[in-house]
Amino acid sequence: MEKKAQDMAAMQADALARLAEAQDDAALAAWRNEILGRKGVISEAMRGLGQLPAVERPAAGQRFNEVKTALETAYTEAEARLKAQALAASLASETIDVTLPGRPAGVGGLHLITRTLREIREIYGQMGFQVYRSRQIETDDFNFGLLNMPKHHPARDMQDTFYVLPPEADLDADLLLRTHTSPGQIHAMREYYPEPIRVILPGMVFRFEPVTVRSEMQFHQVEGLAVGRHITMADLKGTLINFAHRFFGPQYGVRFRPSYFPFTEPSVEMDIECIVCGGKGCSICKRSGWLEILGAGMVHPTVLRNGGYDPDVYSGFAFGMGVERPAILKHRIDDIRLFFSGDLRFLEQYA
Amino acid sequence: MLVPLSWLKDYVDINVSIDELAHRLTMSGLAVEKIERLGAEWERDKIFVGRIVRIDQHPNADRLVLATVDYGAPEPQTVVTGAPNLKVGDTGQKVAFAVVGARVIDGHKDDGSILVIKPAKLRGVQSAGMVLSEKELGLSDSHEGIIILPPDAPVGVPLADYLGDIVLDIELTPNLTRASNIVGTAREWAAISGQQVRYPNTEMVAEGEPAAGKARVVIEDPDLCSRYSATIIEGVTIHPSPQWMGRRLTLTGMRPISNIVDVTNYVMLELGQPLHAFDYDKLVARAGGQPPTIIVRRAKPGEEMRTLDGVQRKLLPDMLLICDTAGPIAIAGVMGGEETEVSAETTRILLEAANFNNLNIRRTAALLKLPSEASARFGRGIHPALTVTAAQRATELMRELGGGTIAGGVVDEYSVPAETVVAALATRDVQRILGMDLPAERVVEILRALEFEVEIADQHGDDWRIRAVVPPHRLDVSHSYDLLEEVARIEGYDRIPATLMSDELPPQRPSGDIDREERVRDLLAGAGLQEVMTYAMTSPEREATLHPGLSAEAVDEPPYLVVANPIRPDRAVMRHTLLASALETLANNARYRERIAIFEVAPVYLPLPGEALPQEPRRLVIALAGPRQSAAWSGTSAELFDFYDLKGIIDMLLRRMGLEGTWAPLTDHPTFHPGRAAQVCLADGPALGPAGELHPLVRDAFNAQSGADLPAAPILLAELDLDAILARATMDVIHTPILNRPPAKIDLAVVVDEAVPQARVLDAIKASGGELLREVGLFDVYRGPQIGAGKKSLAYALVFQAADRTLTDAEVAAQTQRIVDRLARDLGATLRA
Repeated sequence: MEKKAQDMAAMQADALARLAEAQDDAALAAWRNEILGRKGVISEAMRGLGQLPAVERPAAGQRFNEVKTALETAYTEAEARLKAQALAASLASETIDVTLPGRPAGVGGLHLITRTLREIREIYGQMGFQVYRSRQIETDDFNFGLLNMPKHHPARDMQDTFYVLPPEADLDADLLLRTHTSPGQIHAMREYYPEPIRVILPGMVFRFEPVTVRSEMQFHQVEGLAVGRHITMADLKGTLINFAHRFFGPQYGVRFRPSYFPFTEPSVEMDIECIVCGGKGCSICKRSGWLEILGAGMVHPTVLRNGGYDPDVYSGFAFGMGVERPAILKHRIDDIRLFFSGDLRFLEQYA
Repeated sequence: MLVPLSWLKDYVDINVSIDELAHRLTMSGLAVEKIERLGAEWERDKIFVGRIVRIDQHPNADRLVLATVDYGAPEPQTVVTGAPNLKVGDTGQKVAFAVVGARVIDGHKDDGSILVIKPAKLRGVQSAGMVLSEKELGLSDSHEGIIILPPDAPVGVPLADYLGDIVLDIELTPNLTRASNIVGTAREWAAISGQQVRYPNTEMVAEGEPAAGKARVVIEDPDLCSRYSATIIEGVTIHPSPQWMGRRLTLTGMRPISNIVDVTNYVMLELGQPLHAFDYDKLVARAGGQPPTIIVRRAKPGEEMRTLDGVQRKLLPDMLLICDTAGPIAIAGVMGGEETEVSAETTRILLEAANFNNLNIRRTAALLKLPSEASARFGRGIHPALTVTAAQRATELMRELGGGTIAGGVVDEYSVPAETVVAALATRDVQRILGMDLPAERVVEILRALEFEVEIADQHGDDWRIRAVVPPHRLDVSHSYDLLEEVARIEGYDRIPATLMSDELPPQRPSGDIDREERVRDLLAGAGLQEVMTYAMTSPEREATLHPGLSAEAVDEPPYLVVANPIRPDRAVMRHTLLASALETLANNARYRERIAIFEVAPVYLPLPGEALPQEPRRLVIALAGPRQSAAWSGTSAELFDFYDLKGIIDMLLRRMGLEGTWAPLTDHPTFHPGRAAQVCLADGPALGPAGELHPLVRDAFNAQSGADLPAAPILLAELDLDAILARATMDVIHTPILNRPPAKIDLAVVVDEAVPQARVLDAIKASGGELLREVGLFDVYRGPQIGAGKKSLAYALVFQAADRTLTDAEVAAQTQRIVDRLARDLGATLRA
């Protein structure tokens, strides 16, 4: 019996040693056939059990079962190991160079001005301002006269104007390309009177200016108008500070100083601390530490009246800001002409 | 406006730092653009006011002298100089003297480079220091001779203290007439800093005969000239102005000419009233020896005169002239005449101080292209009260600087006396409009500081009704809101709180149009197109290239809106189409890249018959050219964009906007390839516009007209009516139930004549497929010998499905047969073998 037990142990050790040598599917199958197969070592050993004396059988049977289970487990493990090795080898052979460039996804892009306008609309939209559209070709009256700038008013010098000939010779009209989005104030007031108003008017404006690195003959503005029974200059400040902090970032200081626009009084210029130098003074802010961002003011009583609102009952504020300029400042763009160049090398940078 | 601090200090104290002064002026409305510090680089321990002790000849050089200069040190210093304005024997001149080690600008170079003065031996004589020229001090480019200072210049004082100055450059918006002069600027600072202005003397010592006997003034057009005041001074001597006056003029950007002319400019800068000096003797001569009559009137048709710049000018009616009985002697407020101008021989002066209509002067100056300091001031508007004050101030200065006797009194024709302006304010409006709590007392105090005469008409608690008499220098103030602005700016905008509106929210309206327009942009960008923005102005010639064979005139329908003052000839009309702009963009980019896929959303400008204002319909243009896919290392597809790429994008766009497009062949549009273009319409709706491949003749015409090169690859273009798309777009999709029963999939290939459009086959399949036909898709088009010439095979994948049962083979076969029968009957189609 002792010998039998030693035979079993030797057999197990021998089988396991040979299993460890099996390095491919064929060797593994041969081992399985030889050891665990129907005519294999284990089957043979089991047959040997029956020839033992009855008293020895239970102990020998138990040992036999232990050995059999151990060999079967070893086989399963070996099989899994070989599978894993094979997979690893196969995967290794499929290695690619992950540093090669990806395939272009073919996605286009929006114009930087579209993106900037969206940002502006979003901020004012959350303060209750809705978009109002108005036309680009205007009459002299809407662009100037109704905004408190009669003919030959000195303030007209501030805006060099493209004039447009009437489309038919016998039509009596002073037409021009709007020099600012402000004519929309009159359109909006006349449409909405007597309701309170909170609108922004984004759009293209035109100036009779040479096209250079710094000036363009067309660009975008966003006008804002709030009219109601309790609108104050304090509201103007709060609204515009909120805008500046969200658009440029809360780290930049904002200041308001007196200015002049014929269609507002008091009139305001809003400056923010130079976003290039942080207010220390640089060539962009002309060493002042401040950047002019927008003009604003309380709607002039004459303009309110021209829009239909009684200035003794209603008050309002208005503001107008360029869109290209803040985009230029934010993105350090060195040539305003790029906006209308259609140059994809520029446009795709902001897509 | 340039404001030298040394001049400003004549009228008001500056009791703060310069930066503080500039800041407070800026924050109260006078925006200080720049602070120029003259002489800031002059080292106070190295550059001094010096006095020439004596000038000796250089022993070894004819052109050099030895200058011994006392500059306050115990021992005078001797230097070698070649300055032509120092001669042997000179003594006593005041000069600018730099000792060894001083840094000055190199007078022999033009780049402003700096030179450090070193001891040197010049032709054997030791020189330690330098007498300086204006160029070496950075005052001007003059290096002809050294600068000679006024005789009263204090020897030994650092030059920076004596000649240095600080000049504020103040940006003047059109309303700031009040600050277009030094006294006005002083008045502003006085109000801000709580001081009184020290006004200059405006009395004149007039000891001559009454002026009234020496000249007469007739204002024929009082609508353009409300007042004309004249003084006369006799026996003056014309010579250069004293240094202090010349320097002040130079610092404010004017050129000193002679004492009399300089006084007119000086007083204009000081008080804001432009003045003009006539040679009185020439006026007398023109009047045939009689006392002259000054006539203020509009120009007569065809009238001309020679102005003092020597130009013979044609005058237009409505230009205001100063004339005498012999004709024009000046263009009012703009420029004097050559014949009566002051010359070196002049001894008698008639000085004009007048008030002209500001708009008329602006117009005349603009028409004649003669902007000047005077016309700019008149153009902003001046109060007529100022004429006599300024005339007396100037005449007295002429007497002090040029000698002579002033004729008694002022010839003063005041045809339209100015009305006193009173502005009323209820102080509660400070809260209502400014949103700021300010005691009524403070409101009154601010206005009084600005020289308003304030009267309190009524008091209800803190709500006072006040009446403010507007001072003459404030033509810009007439109403309550003008007063509010004064209160706000003097109190300081930074004292106004910042609040968010508490007023009633306006009725909220859907902004669907904007949202939909932005969705179009997003969809097209998502489809791989880059958005561009281009010029709204174009030329008829450029757009005519879209109609090859037709002239620009022939395609002027509707007429163009023409820009009256175009900046460039190729930007002279408002565009009718975005197509030509898209071609420009393609041509501009073709130099840099092969693959171009762009879109633009913008209005075009179309006049309506009988209407002045045009329509501005929004259009969408799409342009594609070059390889369909961007170049990549992994094998680049050589396939180029074709019609079906364009169509795929547009169909995707329409579908995502909740719309369905229909495509009909477009064979006669001059811009497009006749066999590769379509008119895009909305199903049951309006035409949206053409889409297709660019006609080769258009490419040639565009290249010839622009001198540019469009891409050689096919160009796909579409221009669609965006307003129509946005108006009909809907995001309200109705749910289609999802069926879980197994679908039956059938492939059906039919052969039809080449001329049969695919859409008709598809429509016939859909029409005959019944409810069970859920999907149908074209997956192949085949032409070849198997099916014969003039035929094509179209292969469709059909999907049949029912909601409530699994379809039997028999049901599917029967339905398929119905389709085949219909195709055979309507289109002569046969099943492909």
